[in-house]
Amino acid sequence: MILRALDRRSWIFLGLLFIVVVAVPVANLALEPGSAGHLPSFAVSLFGKYLCYALLAVALDLVWGYCGILSLGHGAFFALGGYAMGMHLMREIGPRGVYGDPVLPDFMVFLNWDALPWFWYGFDMFWFALAMTMIVPGLLAFVFGWLAFRSRVTGVYLSIITQALTYALMLAFFRNEMGFGGNNGLTDFKDVLGFDLQSDATRAGLFVLSGLALAAGFILCRVIVTSKAGKVLVAVRDAESRTRFLGYRVESYKLFVFTVSAMLAGLAGALYTPQVGIINPSEFSPANSIEIVIMVALGGRGTLVGAALGAIVVGAANTLLTGWFPDFWLFVLGGLFVAVTLFMPRGILGVLDRRGPMRGGAPVGLRRKEA
Amino acid sequence: MTRLRRFLLAALLMCVAPSAAIADEARLREIAAGFVDANFSAIAETAEALAATGDPDAAIVLQELRDGDLHWRKDDETLVIAERDRRDMHLFHLFTGEPLETVRRRDVSKVKVNNAIRNQVDALIGGLTLLSPDPEARRSAAEALYDTRDPALLGPMEAAMAQETDPALRTLMAEARAAILLADAGAPLDARLEAVRTIEARGGQDALSTLAAAVPDDGPADLLAAAAEARAAVEARLELWGYAQNVWQGLSLGSVLLLAAIGLAITFGVMGVINMAHGELVMLGAYTTFFVQEIIRTSAPGLFEWSLLIALPLAFLVSGSVGVLIERGVVRWLYGRPLETLLATWGISLILQQTVRTIFGPNNREVGNPDWMSGAMQLGELTITYNRLWIIVFALTVFALLLVVLRRTPIGLQMRAVTQNRAMAADMGVRTGWVDAMTFGLGAGVAGLAGVALSQIDNVSPNLGQSYIVDSFMVVVFGGAGNLWGALAGAFTLGIANKFLEPFAGAVLAKILVLVFIILFIQKRPRGLFAVRGRAVEA
Repeated sequence: MILRALDRRSWIFLGLLFIVVVAVPVANLALEPGSAGHLPSFAVSLFGKYLCYALLAVALDLVWGYCGILSLGHGAFFALGGYAMGMHLMREIGPRGVYGDPVLPDFMVFLNWDALPWFWYGFDMFWFALAMTMIVPGLLAFVFGWLAFRSRVTGVYLSIITQALTYALMLAFFRNEMGFGGNNGLTDFKDVLGFDLQSDATRAGLFVLSGLALAAGFILCRVIVTSKAGKVLVAVRDAESRTRFLGYRVESYKLFVFTVSAMLAGLAGALYTPQVGIINPSEFSPANSIEIVIMVALGGRGTLVGAALGAIVVGAANTLLTGWFPDFWLFVLGGLFVAVTLFMPRGILGVLDRRGPMRGGAPVGLRRKEA
Repeated sequence: MTRLRRFLLAALLMCVAPSAAIADEARLREIAAGFVDANFSAIAETAEALAATGDPDAAIVLQELRDGDLHWRKDDETLVIAERDRRDMHLFHLFTGEPLETVRRRDVSKVKVNNAIRNQVDALIGGLTLLSPDPEARRSAAEALYDTRDPALLGPMEAAMAQETDPALRTLMAEARAAILLADAGAPLDARLEAVRTIEARGGQDALSTLAAAVPDDGPADLLAAAAEARAAVEARLELWGYAQNVWQGLSLGSVLLLAAIGLAITFGVMGVINMAHGELVMLGAYTTFFVQEIIRTSAPGLFEWSLLIALPLAFLVSGSVGVLIERGVVRWLYGRPLETLLATWGISLILQQTVRTIFGPNNREVGNPDWMSGAMQLGELTITYNRLWIIVFALTVFALLLVVLRRTPIGLQMRAVTQNRAMAADMGVRTGWVDAMTFGLGAGVAGLAGVALSQIDNVSPNLGQSYIVDSFMVVVFGGAGNLWGALAGAFTLGIANKFLEPFAGAVLAKILVLVFIILFIQKRPRGLFAVRGRAVEA
């Protein structure tokens, strides 16, 4: 099933990803610092960050490119996954915090809390936290999607309320009373499963894990979109009412794919937190979620490979431009939104791939309007 | 007291009674001579005699006595005001506050005060100022007496009441008198019961505390019952005022939301176009106000009071033209693809933000309030600030104007025609492209008007628009796209709901609750409160 799901482009993508996942740690660990080809450690974490964004973009492409659900709140699922992992990392600091409390994280001691809130229970166990990084976003997506899809909230209305969702969560996480570190979020992590987060080997390990997660997420999405259910998803995207009239339960398909996508986003967030070293409420900001959308649009939606590509291109452009011309980045990003929607509605892959309509149908918006 | 304050006070009081100053001074000095080398009881008597003159200068002397700055020179026994400077004393004239010479500490002697005298002097000063020719001074004296409830001042108070001509001050004095009587266990029961009613009529938080503090638990049963009843009545009234306060603040927030959302209701509602750059158009309006004020400050300061009225048409034009540019340049190519429009206009919003940041800098810009926008008035227990009041009026005016434009003008007719059936309108000779541009420009121009208003209550920074965009979308989605009345209802419902939740949940949580409520509401009515059929619906 998996082999059948992967076309030529998928193999090229996976091959390139494999090369990167092997080459980057080698260039960082095996080559001497100062020698040609050596990669500094910060770059490993940076590339790891791009891979996390790529996984998030792939997850968004699954719902937007294949099912026509433009979620402006995927950053929320990502951040929830990040917070779940951050909570574990906070617990693992143990008595090494500034205040030396064996159980309570520093910010709780600072706020004069005397006991751990109930929702922090269990996060001292890695497997529990890891499960939560996917269960929490998945559950939120399930409840939200169940409410929204059942009452047929679609199109821009859905986009706007997903934006409201992430906005509400941002406001909530900014509150100290929520018990997630308020404004400062969770930071000062020491190690994960006993491995020092500052060491080069751990960073490289996290990078490899991110690459593997991206590959696994990509393959999962490919399996979904090439399956029979995937065909229905595309049908929902292109003609929702018609699909419903043919007897498919549109909302079940949407709910399934939305939940899977949120769980993948949560996993991406879980890998993001230890590599960046901090998770704070600004990850929930609506602007972040929209940036993910432009990554997908730039790469080419409805292709999965394009989403990953777009994430890496936008991420790299962000790093380089904010370094070189800090004032220039927002112009570029804004221009990208306009240019991509006006001139490249099918993204980079659409430009590269001029052999007519892609497998899986043309992206949303190029189709004839549903009557 | 510092020298400056002392001098100013003296100068002020000299102005009040300049002609009689010299004669009074001699008489006051004669009486005040009783302070020299006196014991506490003599000092108390002298203070009382001074107060009995009713002279404003006497109040100065009493105040210096109370502050412990009143001294007498040992050589000629004249009274002076002295300030210690290590081993020296700087002397000042008793009434005018003019600096005199500096002497050794042992050359002067202080007029002794203790707490009993301080209290007595406080009350005496209060009584003195009750007769002051300045109504403001009488008001503050009466307010002070209401708080101190000194029974010794009942007499002066009643005398002052008899003379008082200003009815508001008379009421105030009657309330102060009531507070004194209520606290005075020796006063007749009838008078005290009457006093309870007077204070109940006064109302407010301080009436509650007066009623609670003035009647001890072992007081007469009738009085206790009356006081408890009065407190309940005051509390009930306060609760009502609390609701009124919530409604007022909700209206105020609602008008802000309405201003921010009403332009969106046109572009999103009427045209079915998601304009994520709407917040930035509001911001442009705010910066236009800032720019107008800067020019007025440098070239024509006299026009400052008019700055907002000048800024309004300019802001409309600036934001409106940018809106037309956006429509002609970008949005026009994306009709029928709402999700792409959303992304493209988001990109435009980033560009606009960064442009403004590059030109004006990232910091908050100071936009001044003209005089007619500042200050507040008191309506019962309600404080109504003029800027909020004007913004409510302004929001409703803009709303009414838009209704008129859409219903009663040729361009409004064409807009509605294009909304309802584009192809048919085009067949009838309506230039649909031009109408699209004008509609978008109208929505954008209204955003500019909103910016002028918001510059009066919010920080003018490049992020101004961002903070309103989610809220204004919520208003439009809640109210129902395509209907201005929906935006009105949505804005005020959300504003008031927010303010009623705030006391229980806190500001942030209230906002979150409102957002969650809207998310749930959309499930029930996916097209908002006032759903309208049209191009927007199936977009």
